[in-house]
Amino acid sequence: MAAAALSMPEIENKAMNLGIDLSTIDFDNIVLPPGDDFGINSDDEDILHEEEAPEFETGYGNVIVVDNLPVVSPEKFAKLEGVIRKIYSQTGVIKEGGLWMPVNPDTNMTLGYCFIEFNTAQEAKEAKEKTDGYKLDKSHIFVVDMFDDIDRYMNVPDEWTPAEIKPYEAGDHLQHWLTDEKARDQFVIRAGTVTEIFWNDARQVRPDPVYQRQYWTDSFVQWSPLGTYLATVHRQGAAVWGGKSTFNRIHRFPHNQVKHIDFSPGERFLVTYSSQEPSNPRDTHRVVLNIFDLGTGKLMRDFRGSVDDFTTGGSGGLSGISWPIFKWGGGKEDKYFARIGKNAIYVYETETFILVDKKSYKVDNVVDFSWSPTDSILALFVPELGGGNQPARVSLVQMPGKVELRQKNLFSVSDCKMYWQSNGEYLAVKVDRYTKTKKSTYTGFELFRIKERDIPIEVLELDNKNDKIIAFAWEPKGHRFAVIHGDGPRPDVSFYSMKTGGITARVSKLTTLKAKQANALYWSPAGRFIVLAGLKGFNGQLEFYNVDDLETMATGEHFMCTDIEWDPTGRYVATAVTSVHEMENGFHIWSFNGKLLYRIPKDHFFQFQWRPRPPSLLSPEKEEEISRNLRKYSKKYEAEDQDVSLALSEQDRKKRRSLQEEWETWTARWKQYHEEERELRLQLRDGEASDDEGSQEQYEAKEVEAEEVLDVHEEIVD
Amino acid sequence: MRPILMKGHERPLTFLKYSREGDLLFSCAKDHTPTVWFADDGERLGTYRGHNGAVWCCDVSRDSTRLVTGSADQSVKLWDVQTGTQLYTFNFNSPARSVDFSVGDKLVVITTDPFMGNPSTIQVKRIARDPADQTSDSVLTIKGPQGRINRAVWGPLNKTIISAGEDSIIRIWDAETGNLLKETDKESGHQKTISSLCMSADKSHFLTGSADKSAKLWDSRSLTLLKTYQMDRPVNAVAISPLLDHVVIGGGQEAVNVTMTDRRAGKFEAKFYHKILQDEIGGVKGHFGPINALAFNPDGRSFSSGGEDGYVRLHHFDPEYFSIRM
Repeated sequence: MAAAALSMPEIENKAMNLGIDLSTIDFDNIVLPPGDDFGINSDDEDILHEEEAPEFETGYGNVIVVDNLPVVSPEKFAKLEGVIRKIYSQTGVIKEGGLWMPVNPDTNMTLGYCFIEFNTAQEAKEAKEKTDGYKLDKSHIFVVDMFDDIDRYMNVPDEWTPAEIKPYEAGDHLQHWLTDEKARDQFVIRAGTVTEIFWNDARQVRPDPVYQRQYWTDSFVQWSPLGTYLATVHRQGAAVWGGKSTFNRIHRFPHNQVKHIDFSPGERFLVTYSSQEPSNPRDTHRVVLNIFDLGTGKLMRDFRGSVDDFTTGGSGGLSGISWPIFKWGGGKEDKYFARIGKNAIYVYETETFILVDKKSYKVDNVVDFSWSPTDSILALFVPELGGGNQPARVSLVQMPGKVELRQKNLFSVSDCKMYWQSNGEYLAVKVDRYTKTKKSTYTGFELFRIKERDIPIEVLELDNKNDKIIAFAWEPKGHRFAVIHGDGPRPDVSFYSMKTGGITARVSKLTTLKAKQANALYWSPAGRFIVLAGLKGFNGQLEFYNVDDLETMATGEHFMCTDIEWDPTGRYVATAVTSVHEMENGFHIWSFNGKLLYRIPKDHFFQFQWRPRPPSLLSPEKEEEISRNLRKYSKKYEAEDQDVSLALSEQDRKKRRSLQEEWETWTARWKQYHEEERELRLQLRDGEASDDEGSQEQYEAKEVEAEEVLDVHEEIVD
Repeated sequence: MRPILMKGHERPLTFLKYSREGDLLFSCAKDHTPTVWFADDGERLGTYRGHNGAVWCCDVSRDSTRLVTGSADQSVKLWDVQTGTQLYTFNFNSPARSVDFSVGDKLVVITTDPFMGNPSTIQVKRIARDPADQTSDSVLTIKGPQGRINRAVWGPLNKTIISAGEDSIIRIWDAETGNLLKETDKESGHQKTISSLCMSADKSHFLTGSADKSAKLWDSRSLTLLKTYQMDRPVNAVAISPLLDHVVIGGGQEAVNVTMTDRRAGKFEAKFYHKILQDEIGGVKGHFGPINALAFNPDGRSFSSGGEDGYVRLHHFDPEYFSIRM
């Protein structure tokens, strides 16, 4: 029955015939037997079909065709079959009766090929990879194909037809959010099963909803680095969304069981990662990495291998992978990407997606590397070798020439960490060294000035060398950095500048703030301001600090705060409690100077992320000019602010008045009822006169003495 | 505002009730003895001994002579307030959860929990003027909806009974016939268990608190949703100020979830809201555990809270409280 095809009068007729009164039926309460929809499409089914066009499986995914076998007579048939079985049972389990070698009925000779059916498609794939080109003997080199592939290639038409050229369709305006009149910023949150995007409307002191969708993603969402796209992650792959008014799907990137994704900084490519549980527990996890072109959605290159091939760390080897595996270099043009391997760094270039110079860059025992954020310069760290005979070393290497620009040898090093300043001007290397007794470590910094001639290096040690470094952060686009150091429960925070001391710039300390409840540093993206945050153990203490004037602007607290993020313009700060614990979930929005603007509680709060902005198109001179004439420009906005705040308070007053009026109409009605019912109430109380309501009852306080005899006991006293 | 800490119970508090004159405060707790206190200075007057289980609820007659208590020992007892003697025991086959005297104190509505296959019930008993004439017959029995009924109270003029409970639906029943008259719908109603219900002094409106972290104000005749007070914690107890347009809402993380060392995490604070504007006025801290019971003195000049921590805290408002301007 196709109910959808029936018109309303027909349905009514039918109901009449059956003696059913349609008006008495509650359609919402009709429950169809599970799995049977009687041919009635539910409203969202069409969408479902459209969204998830199922992949057609022919069911032959686990079958391979092995070609170029020897042609043998029936006498040798069994022997050949035995040999093939032996070869292929190494790679997987052949199904019972899954090996079929066809025989020419005229000559009774084999035809030189066979079909093998494995238990799983994965085994078949592995068998193909391993045995394609297998040399049985000189004249018999196996050619192995997937059965499905043969099927597919057979269907290719012999005659070439020119591809249809589709008419050009104007794409959606992907940067539309930047044209907001009020220059607001967007953010995305995930709470429960709902993903929502809001404007941060600080003037109205509330978020302004843009778009929301339930079950939008299976695990998380992520903005692309310039904010153009929002990526969602699903079982079948990743998808990116964007557009003018609503979020439309722009591309889908199929990748089964995708776990991690990573954008290239210039938004040209998307890397997806999945790792698959091996069928044999002794094997390692299989890793698949795909690199897609974001503009076209095309797969540019894939990498497959066992998880060991992708774990970082040289000789020691770390368990598990550290994401992202591929680090992008060459600034915003996404020229190179690289990953670390054993004794080598693999640098690929994005023109051809092959290794630079067609070979990896050999560095013995390299354990860590990082790209300069702006130039194609690699910083490498090689630990100490041979019990200290060969010193540890940090070197800077220029790509593509692989020219070593600078190298620094370091002694008795236990660990190194590299921090690039966002403009690539400075590189700070945090070096943990052993003390003479080798029992403990102390920390120093090696500061590289990348943009200066010969890349001078400065050594910086803290005032108290034994202080532990808790956090380090460069001022974005600036020349200062902040360090949290100390051993006790209340560490110190120090600020340093790279630009002191005239022409030959030197690093020097600006100030030290003593005994702060802080363990994390969050610089404003515009520099100058920083939030010193005490997360976790410090329960969410926040201090908003101005580094230009070296003064605290405000302190605050977001109890149990887990995440802090500045908006891309440096005007607002979001602090959030995500679902790490069950309580207090939600987020607060603060102004840059530490004024709490509004708070939104949300249960099962998973994620908060500001939508990034592309870098400003203004030239530095123009920016300078604006900041010089700030007063002139700000006048207009201040007037606007005032208008809004006036309107708000007016709105507020109105709302209050209407609420009050509404309430009064309610109470007037109640009073009326109450008067009407007075008689009845008196009756219920057997005519007891006092009715508490209205008249303030007068009562007399009377002291009543009550005596109670608990026990009488007679005793003879002599 | 310096609270008076009243320590008399050994187990978490469950319910608080002032007498009509506001001179006595009755408290129920999970220990077995309801207690009566002087509402002015918090001096303990006496206890009502006889229950053999947690006492969930109580009510006192208008003339402060009779006390009725409902207990998990499957009984509801009628007491003489002054002497503390048991006058009568109604026995049930499941725990009694809530009790409420009608206007005129001639009837009492009792709810019993679903237990051992018995569904929850709402029962009305007639209270005889002379305890000697008391019988255990029910005037009316409503076989309840699914789940526990946490509170049932009389509507205006004893014509209706208003019930609320685990199924998060508020229902209005005809007190004569037991017919269901009204119930809340999904949109306006609570999303989770309703833990408490408090009538206004003139019975024109009532306040409900729920585990969905909100309290809602309803018209008791039409069951229209008037106001919603959004909280950041599950609500266990609510009370309406008889004097000012204030409501007080208490609760906190459930005891099972309180694992943090910091007491701020639990939010064991009684929060004051403006009844009409729905804005938060302030909070009263102090309990070391969720607040289970709240009650306003009928004169509106003091209130008391009972917590999971076993304390009753009695607060007399400072003069500034009465001049709060919103």
